[in-house]
Amino acid sequence: MSVATTLRGLRRDVRRPDRSATPGPAIRARGIGVVLDGASVLYDVDVDVDTGHLLALVGPNGAGKSTLLSVLAGDRQPERGAVELDGLPVGSWSAVEMAMRRAVLLQQVTMSFPFTVRQMVEMGRAPWAGQPEEADDERRVVESMAATDVSHLAERTVPSLSGGERARAALARVLAQDTGILLLDEPTAALDVRHQEQVLALAADAAAAGRAVVVVMHDLGLAAAHADRVVVLAGGSVAADGAPADVLTAPLLSEVYEHPIDVLRHPQDGRLLIVPGHDRPSATIRHT
Amino acid sequence: MALLVALGVALVAAAIVAAAVGQLPIAPSEVLGSVLHRVGGWVGLDIGSVPSHPRGEAALWNVRSPRVLLAALVGAALGGAGAVLQAVFGNPLAEPSVIGVSGGAAVGACSVIVFGWSFLGSYTVPAIAFATALGTTLVIYAMARHGGRTEVVTLVLMGIAVNAVTAAVIAYLVFLGDSQAREQIVFWQLGSFNGSRWEAVRVVAPVVAVGLAGVMAITRQLDLLALGERSARHLGVNVERLRLTSIVIVSLLVASGVAFVGIIAFIGLIVPHLVRMVVGPSHRTLVPASVLGGALLVVIADVVARTAVDYADLPIGMLTALVGGPFFFWMLHRTRTAAGGWG
Repeated sequence: MSVATTLRGLRRDVRRPDRSATPGPAIRARGIGVVLDGASVLYDVDVDVDTGHLLALVGPNGAGKSTLLSVLAGDRQPERGAVELDGLPVGSWSAVEMAMRRAVLLQQVTMSFPFTVRQMVEMGRAPWAGQPEEADDERRVVESMAATDVSHLAERTVPSLSGGERARAALARVLAQDTGILLLDEPTAALDVRHQEQVLALAADAAAAGRAVVVVMHDLGLAAAHADRVVVLAGGSVAADGAPADVLTAPLLSEVYEHPIDVLRHPQDGRLLIVPGHDRPSATIRHT
Repeated sequence: MALLVALGVALVAAAIVAAAVGQLPIAPSEVLGSVLHRVGGWVGLDIGSVPSHPRGEAALWNVRSPRVLLAALVGAALGGAGAVLQAVFGNPLAEPSVIGVSGGAAVGACSVIVFGWSFLGSYTVPAIAFATALGTTLVIYAMARHGGRTEVVTLVLMGIAVNAVTAAVIAYLVFLGDSQAREQIVFWQLGSFNGSRWEAVRVVAPVVAVGLAGVMAITRQLDLLALGERSARHLGVNVERLRLTSIVIVSLLVASGVAFVGIIAFIGLIVPHLVRMVVGPSHRTLVPASVLGGALLVVIADVVARTAVDYADLPIGMLTALVGGPFFFWMLHRTRTAAGGWG
């Protein structure tokens, strides 16, 4: 018991996050440069992650989206530039203090042992062990599983799930962590249409409730529909940053993706529809 | 919880039976009576009784009790070490003897035998074994992992390489040693509880107690490692510190076992695997259940080792390898089928 007591004693010195709205962005990244194996992957990137906003991070393959997310999460120390979390450099927070402030969903959901979905979601509560929030553990776990539609899978083991089920269970774990900042790397990649909409609606709700949410995604239509702000990365730097309607334009997207892209308005409700064009229409549609 | 109670009861029962059987049979009730008598004596109570056979009391307390206790301690250490090693490598096939930790400890112990070191008294063998086990584990760890996990192929090949090197070093030590040291090394390598003394129990018990207390303090963090290293860090785990703590603890547990009884293979593989099948992978139950299960299995295996053949004390390491080898193969086969390959 004495070991547990000692550990709890150490935990008292933890700087707990201030839940009342703090001025300034939740994460502020300035002049980020990352070099991987001698090649520049990110070049002079500035990003503010604001509370109350859903920020969509889009761009072609290899644009540096996941790398930028890992820099924002504090996983990777950039070669140049600085990242501040809650007003202090990321390096000045301990692992637990970071975990109380930001939750991260990785693209690859791994699970080495056959833990159940419920056990995995409970792992999301780990940063709050020994804190007053521990009392909320059960409620948060149940709510998160319900929100991501995995309650019926609670007793299944994670390795036995399909890709989409696993992705939603992992998202439940991230939500259960109950942090002010959510960093989600392609949460919709493995999901069907209904669950894609559900997950992004969930992310948008979290933003509306005062969290700062960053979502890396490939589906530009989903980004247009749900994001408050879109950052387009191309070749390791920011090609555009602003409201979806201002940023997601045919000329910009066609240039960034090196492929013709049409941006239309839905005839009924005016939503942005983003449709890839065809390089050689005469070759693909042939009337005889 | 029910499993822990069941294992605990089974362990006590097995220990009593283990103390009862042998060339000089003592009834289990007499064993219990003698234990009560001793314990009562310490607190000034006159309860229990000594065994009816004139040499029973001596056989029980000078030969069998230290042997049974040492078997339980070493089994507990190996069961716990296996569970921790598997968590750190993110791979259910990681086991002290398979990946070479036991071999590393053996190098240290053999060196002490050959060079006749005794600068730390009865702690010399375990201390040197710990040092070489720690060094070996750190090397394995640094080389076998990729992205927070170790693939099956890497782990097995790594084990082959490390065991080849430790076997070569031990062969060289055998070459260097005189005939007495050689014989000692050969029999010690087979693994046996023959000739266990109270002195060994007194050295191993506190080391194992400290190691297991350390493991119990990190069980929740070990759970989080199953998510992979990055996700564990996102949940507030100081992964570097956890790794180092785990490696030191595993080396401590394995070395304390290997130092006195030689290499007893596969306990750390079989026990955690069976426990996981019954109660799932959560380390808060997996670790204590593997500790109790390891103790139970080694106590039983030792009884088999010394009673299977009349007037012979078979090497227990041989017995566990005989059972553990096929078990390891079965697990490999399962992993391969489940993963659709050797990934």
